[in-house]
Amino acid sequence: MATETSAGTAVQPASPSKGVSVLALLLKLRALIALAAVVAFFSVMAPNFLSASNFLIMFKHVAITAILAIGMTYVILTGGIDLSVGSIAGLAGMVAGALILNGVTLRPLGVVVYPSVPVVIAIVLLLGGVAGLFNGVLVARFRIAPFIATLGVLYVARGAAMLLSNGATFPNLVGRPDLGNEGFPLLGSASVLGLPVTVILLAAIAAIAAFVAKDTPFGRWVYAIGGNERAALLSGVRVERMKIAVYVISGVCAALVGLIVSSELVAAHPASGETFELSAIAAVVLGGASLSGGRGTVGGALIGACVIGVLGDGLVMMGVSEFWQMVIKGLVIIAAVVLDQLQGRLSAAGKA
Amino acid sequence: MLRAERIGKTYGGVVALDGVDFDVRAGAVNVLIGENGAGKSTLMKILAGVEQPTSGRLLLDGEPVRFASVREAAKAGVGIVFQELNLCPNLTVTENIFLGRELSRAGATDHAAEKTRAREVLARLAHGIDPDARVGDLRVGEQQIVEIAKALVEDARVLILDEPTSALSAAEVKVLFGVIGELRQAGVAVIYISHRLEELMRIGDFVTVLRDGRLVASKPASEVSVAWIIARMLGDKARQRPRGATRTAGQVVLSARDVSLPRPGGGRLVDGVSADFRAGEVTAIYGLLGSGRTELLESLCGARKAGGTVILNSEDVSALSVAERCRRRLRFVPEDRQRDGLFHNLSVGGNLGLSSLLAYVTGGVIGAGRERSAIADMMARLGVKAAGPEAAVGSLSGGNQQKVVIGRGLMTGPLVMLLDEPSRGVDIGARGELFDTMRALADQGLAVVFATSDLLEAQAVADRVLVLAGGRLTADLTIDEATEAALVTASNASELMETAA
Repeated sequence: MATETSAGTAVQPASPSKGVSVLALLLKLRALIALAAVVAFFSVMAPNFLSASNFLIMFKHVAITAILAIGMTYVILTGGIDLSVGSIAGLAGMVAGALILNGVTLRPLGVVVYPSVPVVIAIVLLLGGVAGLFNGVLVARFRIAPFIATLGVLYVARGAAMLLSNGATFPNLVGRPDLGNEGFPLLGSASVLGLPVTVILLAAIAAIAAFVAKDTPFGRWVYAIGGNERAALLSGVRVERMKIAVYVISGVCAALVGLIVSSELVAAHPASGETFELSAIAAVVLGGASLSGGRGTVGGALIGACVIGVLGDGLVMMGVSEFWQMVIKGLVIIAAVVLDQLQGRLSAAGKA
Repeated sequence: MLRAERIGKTYGGVVALDGVDFDVRAGAVNVLIGENGAGKSTLMKILAGVEQPTSGRLLLDGEPVRFASVREAAKAGVGIVFQELNLCPNLTVTENIFLGRELSRAGATDHAAEKTRAREVLARLAHGIDPDARVGDLRVGEQQIVEIAKALVEDARVLILDEPTSALSAAEVKVLFGVIGELRQAGVAVIYISHRLEELMRIGDFVTVLRDGRLVASKPASEVSVAWIIARMLGDKARQRPRGATRTAGQVVLSARDVSLPRPGGGRLVDGVSADFRAGEVTAIYGLLGSGRTELLESLCGARKAGGTVILNSEDVSALSVAERCRRRLRFVPEDRQRDGLFHNLSVGGNLGLSSLLAYVTGGVIGAGRERSAIADMMARLGVKAAGPEAAVGSLSGGNQQKVVIGRGLMTGPLVMLLDEPSRGVDIGARGELFDTMRALADQGLAVVFATSDLLEAQAVADRVLVLAGGRLTADLTIDEATEAALVTASNASELMETAA
């Protein structure tokens, strides 16, 4: 493909040739094309793939990766990375489980308080925000490389999740009517007008995140920081604050995912969420974001998450072994990045 | 020894060198001077194999040679020490000296042989640098010596030093000059480029002056004077002085009081500078490379944590961040647009509007229409030539990119604009327009401050010229007092003082 494009530009150096611009467009839309290809492939290969009920199930799976990927998009747009989201999700689920099963012991009063489900959700989301704040302060204030800072938090959060139950699972998180904390499983299982709550949540979050990225000063500053951090600083952007904010957003998204996962399972397992961060990063990259920052969209990340989710579910339905699934996912991610490089070179050639 | 004959070099239609002859004599310090853009660096890059001449030829010991790369030039005995140091701070002195040409025995790096050789070379430079020291731990002057050692280890017979003293303290300069003296004794041909005239007079044997890509004069140093060099450097331009009407300046809006910035490794980059900047006035900060121009501006805008006090519009902003100072209507346009000024992932409009986004916001959302019209107004006001606000900022010419960076600041309605070398990378034609813009801003009541190393630019654009030398303020001149002689004397002042002391 590379030789073809360079030949095309060489023949018609004055204006980018038609072949090149079509190719450029295809590359630009590659995530969408990949999604269409994957859906088409499984529609033929996997029986029952193309059904409304299967799509609803897949969307619920996609939602988990997609919500993480949306938070991750902001972080990656600033040129950072957040490896801690899987662990934060795990910790969030465990904290929710502990609150529902064991409540909060107020030592001086000697009473145990069982917060209602909305309060549990609020506390857990706040916890995710605090974990993100910790990441952000390490990165922005203490200038620790994002990879290292969030790797540290990955371990800390996972360890904390294990400590909460000594590694055991919090089972049967249905709550008790006499304690007034019923309803937690609804988050993961309820439907409104036939649509699962998680899918509605995802749609709302994606819409808000895309809007914020595009039409608010915060969004513009995030892109600017990723494009040229020093120029942003000299232009009067409060770089430190903005960088802290993106990690907080990522942390809250992670906590929400932790809640969804434990609600769906009606149980919280301390190892839950392992390697979620990798799927999220893969989704963002598949969606066309640059890991060096400044380029990428929320919509792209959403499509990326769909590709990964559909690929996973489709392969399962085809009966492909888990091991082969991993190999195929890895190859898809590599192919996406290779295409990304190609697009970069093509647009550079188009300019020259 | 090395001879350049009728060297010409053009960059996409722009003539950088026009038939220049240059003789490099062995066992002598061959000095090359000229203003910014005179072609000094281009000539050196050709001698060192970094660039290929468009016309003309090089002769080494009478034989025509072609250097396709720096490596080839180095093998032939031509070494270059660039203005910016090219060392790996994480490696040791020895590792740096042999980087890319490691001595090996049986496939493995011969550390012992390398160290012995490094010690020999460093001893030749009469410098007690430990070959095992990490380069990052050395002072800048010592790093410079390591760079020279790197060239000498290949038995360089011609050594090019491009503005080697710009980052050095007076004591380090003295050491460097000692080293240069010894190299000359040993028969090495040294080519020395500098803006500092006093320095050149001290160590030069032969002086060559370039102007606008042409050779103007070449003489033994014993026959020339500082005045002679200045006259040759400036040529006819010295007498032209295009000027707008002088105007009366308004109130003081920005004051620096005893602003100082320590230099890593001792000394000060900015040394106790106090100055006032007034509304409606264009102030030039003139100084040679390494005089602290950039550092002073960066201290004023908050990008560097400096000592002393900065008062903006009667408010002490010394402790405030860049963002806070920006909100108080102080704007800075950095020297290196590509590195510090532009967002290549944003469009022209995105680049322009970035600092003033909050002005278009209603209910947390950017009013697209308001932003668009503000951007269009600014593009029209500055005459930004672009396909439109959606164009990629990288597709613009240097001058238009500069307008975008300036426009971004202007869109916030600033009181003070600090511009660092605003004409750098802007072609001659667009410079006039840029300077007109700067003067127009002052007419509208802004305090405009710009740093420059170009005498004529300072004289042509400013109402007032401050001169920096060695981080100190050595002159504060009205435009009528700012003659070439006055500026050159003041910009060499710290050196004269140190020489006298």
